[in-house]
Amino acid sequence: MTNTVFKAKGLTKYFEASKRGFVESLVSRQPKIWVKAVDEIDFEIMPGEVLALVGESGSGKTTLGRMLATLETSTKGDLYFMDEKVSRKDYRRIRRQVQMVFQNPTDSIDPRMSIKGIVTEPLHRSDVGEASKDEQFATALSLVGLDAKTFAQRRVRDLSGGQRQRVAVARAIISNPTFIALDEPTSALDASVQAQVLNLLARIHDELKLTYLFITHNIAVARYISDRIAVMYAGKVVEQGPTEEVIANPKHPYTQALLKSVPTLKTHELVPPSGEVPSLVGLPTGCRFHPRCPYVMDVCKEKEPAMRRTGNVEVACWLY
Amino acid sequence: MLLDVKGLRVNYRTVYGNLEAIRSLDFSVEKGESVAIVGESGCGKSSLGHAIVRLLPPNASYEGSVTVDGKDVFTLKGRELRAYRGSEAFMIFQDPLNSLNPVKRVDRQMLEAIRTQRLMRGESYDEEEATRVVIDGLKGVRMPDPEIILRRYPHELSGGQIQRVVIAMALVMKPKILIADEPTSALDVTIQAQVMKLIKELKAEYGMSVLFITHDMAVAYTVADRFLVMYAGELSELGPVDRVVTDPLHPYTVALVNSIPHKSKKEGDLVSIPGSPPNMLSPPGGCRFHPRCPKVMDVCKAENPAIKQAEDRLLRCHLYD
Repeated sequence: MTNTVFKAKGLTKYFEASKRGFVESLVSRQPKIWVKAVDEIDFEIMPGEVLALVGESGSGKTTLGRMLATLETSTKGDLYFMDEKVSRKDYRRIRRQVQMVFQNPTDSIDPRMSIKGIVTEPLHRSDVGEASKDEQFATALSLVGLDAKTFAQRRVRDLSGGQRQRVAVARAIISNPTFIALDEPTSALDASVQAQVLNLLARIHDELKLTYLFITHNIAVARYISDRIAVMYAGKVVEQGPTEEVIANPKHPYTQALLKSVPTLKTHELVPPSGEVPSLVGLPTGCRFHPRCPYVMDVCKEKEPAMRRTGNVEVACWLY
Repeated sequence: MLLDVKGLRVNYRTVYGNLEAIRSLDFSVEKGESVAIVGESGCGKSSLGHAIVRLLPPNASYEGSVTVDGKDVFTLKGRELRAYRGSEAFMIFQDPLNSLNPVKRVDRQMLEAIRTQRLMRGESYDEEEATRVVIDGLKGVRMPDPEIILRRYPHELSGGQIQRVVIAMALVMKPKILIADEPTSALDVTIQAQVMKLIKELKAEYGMSVLFITHDMAVAYTVADRFLVMYAGELSELGPVDRVVTDPLHPYTVALVNSIPHKSKKEGDLVSIPGSPPNMLSPPGGCRFHPRCPKVMDVCKAENPAIKQAEDRLLRCHLYD
């Protein structure tokens, strides 16, 4: 029995900002410009849990998800999968057990393939026969609530948004993975269809004993699906802990601001944070949230706060 | 009564046949009031917005009447129509990146709007004075450094900034009614909250009427006075927001309210609406919601219910006959 599905220590991903041409990069002595998408993050994902990664666009949450799905290689820091350190040569092995569902099903599915071709594609390297392929296709489709016979030969254009996302989920579960990274799987859908897909994802998680990383900018969605929440801001995790506790008693000013920005049917008032997500090229000094923070102190402008544990919740803020 | 829609029908001619986007819609918006049109994709809510500003594509035909401040919109032609668009009814579109011209700087586009409005009214136009108006408009939408923003191209701005530029444009044009078609669905929750707060403040400050079109009741709840729930081109329920949310009567409204994530999965499944919205080329007979309705009765399959007044709202459902 393994202790963690994924464990990250100081995990970092920088992208080079490609504002200069190739020749320039050989000749120029100016230092390279880096976009700090994910900056020294520590976290663990336990078997069977749903970890929600919450934050605004540009906070690095998608990059982190792609790193776990081995679609990006880290710049610095260590990543452990099933307690074993991940290096480039393990990617093929890990990809058998890790799957990803993307935000917009219309873009992430080949429009020219049949639904059956799309869903059974992950099986092409394993030596399963046609008969067993058919059987696995039928099982995967019934798990996502679609009828295998009706849909096998259809194309994506024949399906509605919710059905497309179901097909994407079927493709992710057919190879029997242990872990799925879901990147905003419901944000392109109507509110009523979003509820269907969330119910479905929660049911599949239970039935197949999966582990999820659920990436979303909507903290109400995170509340429904997750056991633990990690809030990201400008490449850093600023708060993480059990979902109920983080939502009932948010500690970091950014988490509080996020919660007050989510529209609900209980209040007419929204209290959004001022300003926008900082550019990841020229980050503010000290705490990255300080230009938008209502409780900003002098120390926030100078030094970056470290992760501190209070009870079950970890928070990176000078207030604590 | 500022906006009055009577017997509105919108049809699209398509290669597959006639598509009935809106089938007979009646409602009105008072001065300074905001009404939210809520429904799923394909229920006709965007067609309604486009019909009011007369921006429907050439294959669309419409019947009925739309009156804005006593002016019959469907009879406007040429110059009158240009004078009406923007200055009387202003529309904010869903995708901020498509709503500005990508090869023109922000100041050119905002000044162009003012110049057109002044010329249409036969007033004089002074560029310096207009620039001051534009800067005031940007300040009005709480935009920091308006002078810098004005010299930028749209691709240099974020989605939230562009949406604020468009709202600032609405502010300088001072329309009588603002039609916002999913203005925040491409934005993050925090930026969405900023934009919603702004629309609400503008409505309070300038007494602008707002027609807010969205699929998300929770977003609409922050700004609307009344909800108009639409399904398959028809009105399902119309009533004051707080009453509709606490005591929804139409089964479709009930499902919409309950499908908003508001709890943890440990407390049970979210209520979702089975199936998907009907194909409008061949909508179901009887009540259009009956194939998806949990309370369907025999009469629902045979007969489309008429609109009835029930206490404080209008309803289209056989349950309340």
